[in-house]
Amino acid sequence: MEITLQVNGVRRPVDVDPRVSLLDLLRERLGLTGSKKGCDHGQCGACTVLIDGRRVLACLALAVAQEGAEITTVEGLASGERLHPLQAAFIEHDAFQCGYCTPGQLCSAVGMLAEGGPSAVTEELAGEPELTAEEIRERMSGNLCRCGAYPNIVTAIAEVGA
Amino acid sequence: MNRVEGHDKVTGRATYAAEYPVEGVAYCYPVQAEIARGRIAGVDASAALAMPGVLAVLSCEEPPELGADAEPELALFQRREVAYRGQIVAAVVADSYDDARAAARAVRVAYEPEAHDVMLRADHRGLYKPDKVNPDFPTDTEKGDVAAGLAGAQVTIDVTYTTPTMHNNPMEPHATLALWNGDGDLTLYDSSQGVSLGRDMIAQALGLPRERVRVVSRHVGGGFGSKGSPRPNSVLAALAARAAGRPVKVALTRQQMFDVTGYRTPTIQRIRVGADAAGRIAALEHEVAEQSSTLVEFAEQTATATRVMYAAPALRTAHRLVRLDTATPSIMRAPGGCPGMFALESAMDELAVAVGVDPVELRVRNDPDTEPDSGLPFSSRNLVACLREGAERFGWRDRDPAPGVRRRGRWLVGTGVASSTYPARRRPSQASAAVENGGFVVRIAAADIGTGSRTALTRIAADTLHVDPGLVRVELGDSDLPYAPVAGGSMGTASWGTAVTMACQDLLRDGKQGFADTTEAVNADAELARHAFGAQFAEVRVDADTGEVRVSRMLGVFAAGRIVDATLARSQFVGGMIMGIGMALMEQSVVDLEFGGFTNHDLAQYHLPVNADIEHVEAVWFDEADGELNPMGTKGIGEIGIVGTAAAVANAVYHATGRRVRDLPITPAKLL
Repeated sequence: MEITLQVNGVRRPVDVDPRVSLLDLLRERLGLTGSKKGCDHGQCGACTVLIDGRRVLACLALAVAQEGAEITTVEGLASGERLHPLQAAFIEHDAFQCGYCTPGQLCSAVGMLAEGGPSAVTEELAGEPELTAEEIRERMSGNLCRCGAYPNIVTAIAEVGA
Repeated sequence: MNRVEGHDKVTGRATYAAEYPVEGVAYCYPVQAEIARGRIAGVDASAALAMPGVLAVLSCEEPPELGADAEPELALFQRREVAYRGQIVAAVVADSYDDARAAARAVRVAYEPEAHDVMLRADHRGLYKPDKVNPDFPTDTEKGDVAAGLAGAQVTIDVTYTTPTMHNNPMEPHATLALWNGDGDLTLYDSSQGVSLGRDMIAQALGLPRERVRVVSRHVGGGFGSKGSPRPNSVLAALAARAAGRPVKVALTRQQMFDVTGYRTPTIQRIRVGADAAGRIAALEHEVAEQSSTLVEFAEQTATATRVMYAAPALRTAHRLVRLDTATPSIMRAPGGCPGMFALESAMDELAVAVGVDPVELRVRNDPDTEPDSGLPFSSRNLVACLREGAERFGWRDRDPAPGVRRRGRWLVGTGVASSTYPARRRPSQASAAVENGGFVVRIAAADIGTGSRTALTRIAADTLHVDPGLVRVELGDSDLPYAPVAGGSMGTASWGTAVTMACQDLLRDGKQGFADTTEAVNADAELARHAFGAQFAEVRVDADTGEVRVSRMLGVFAAGRIVDATLARSQFVGGMIMGIGMALMEQSVVDLEFGGFTNHDLAQYHLPVNADIEHVEAVWFDEADGELNPMGTKGIGEIGIVGTAAAVANAVYHATGRRVRDLPITPAKLL
């Protein structure tokens, strides 16, 4: 099927097999291997991208359903050579080791900081919750990190989100 | 200094094995055995071959040519016998991943099943004494008269601990991209913790001279042991590429990883301790039952830490192995010490309770002057300092030992302590160093699987050369570089760093280039007991109604030689402790007794710690000055963080609830 995607601000017309996930399209056809495949079942978060600003698991999104959507991958977070503040904070706080979950963590954090609203650990439902460490941990728990960089991930996100 | 590849990792530019852009690449998808034991009667590939995009089907119907001495897990499609459910028995190569996956489902494999045995039991009649345990430790040790020591003891503990199968589950699934050139040379982009060993084993499996094989692994998305030696994906990619006449990519799925990339053996561990009323150990015995496959003997060194830890006039350790219809277990972070120290350090807590001695004091009281089993002097041993420092920082002094009496709202609160240890060894390695374009380039076939070795070696080279680290570039992860051992056994920095230091010293003498081979230096190491030590403290809260356990805080204090880079070290220690929390509370692969393999094989059912599971985890250390190790004075830090963590948590759960859980993981059901 012929579709046109908007990826990191660039129009990408492609002919896709309707079975192909957005993740496989990005990685295998468009050369955007920053988004990672950790489980292909929506269980690890390594493939998280932003679709129209919302964080989405690209392994669970069919490519053919993304016609017209604005897709941002980890490759699109920086402005030229200037890193996104979260990317810089992840480096500064050593918020990764092997780096394989990192693109998903970053896209997820960008989306999370824009979300607002209460989470499962928010006690006061009225008003905007404060971005405590507990809130960050809760909201970032869809992104697994086997190296165990969680404390540094929380520190990096808290610094940017403050 | 930040990680040298940090910018690449946060921008998505770091290239992992499956991600190299290659023209005309085809995809290979495995077909896995549906029985745990038996014979393949026939493989019917006709339907699969007729499907769109399919290029080839591999199976035992046409066994591909392999080397005569291929490691049995790598000897694909050579035999009709099935050794375990999930073993790779066929594979489809196709133009696209989706075509390959669809066609793999259409391959018809007919089996002649036989009765299987996949259950480790302490009384299994197949248990035997292997010749050695991984990698080269004696299977059994015995010193003094354990029976007499136990018989004469004022207090005895006789308990059995069990740990389940655990899977490494690095975030990057095992993947290989294979390319043959016109001369029959093979290049593999492979997810590997050691490209030199990988190259040698893959060449052996394929029956090729090693000069014809190159393995490249510049970035690795974690391994924790599971990428230490090649897995079937490496050989499968090579065979598929040969069959298709095109480059081929094999990217295992998370589900397939549970079957074919190794796991930590389940263990059944009996510990007997005899002590006097003050808790001084007279006799200590640690017996282990564990498993391997029918294909390969892998015997985890589970009881070896017990040979190192405490002064016991009578000390016996023993390993027994049974060969089951399972995949071959392998190395998972801190093999041996990790499950073994769960048992020993839980038993020490039980002894502390039995004699009414504080668990920190009990360990101090039993600290040995020389290595208990061998009698060798320690190069350095600062376990007591770790325990004392940890107790001070953690606020241990006012601890009431009574279990099950501290309640905060619905939570029962408790604290626990455990020791940790891991051997500090090094292996021969080579490295080169050269002046190039006004800077320095260090070359070594080492691996950076997330440990930060690229950064640590940059610092080690810069220190030796007395230059700014910004002038040094380290090239690693390519088997064409000077030979290096795997990232494993907490030996990476020690082994590679020795070679890098010596190569840089050679460069300083030469002015232009330097080379080192450390074989002689490493073989000349004096016989000494070299180990890192640590003490782990945990505070848990247990929901009195649901049995949910939360780790409120953890502190690890380590004595692991000189620390090359504080940031990297903290990340390694803390990461190991977090994996240990997973081991304590949630990780287990459930054996499917009826069909073989595992009933859980994805990340929705095999639970790893997530961000919300981790509250406060802190690591501190002593900078030890130990001149008996290597030029850097390092002991290795990749594994000791996980050792002791599960026991510290289990001991804290006992303190919180009065329930002693001897069977990991500590799930809510075991506390209700």
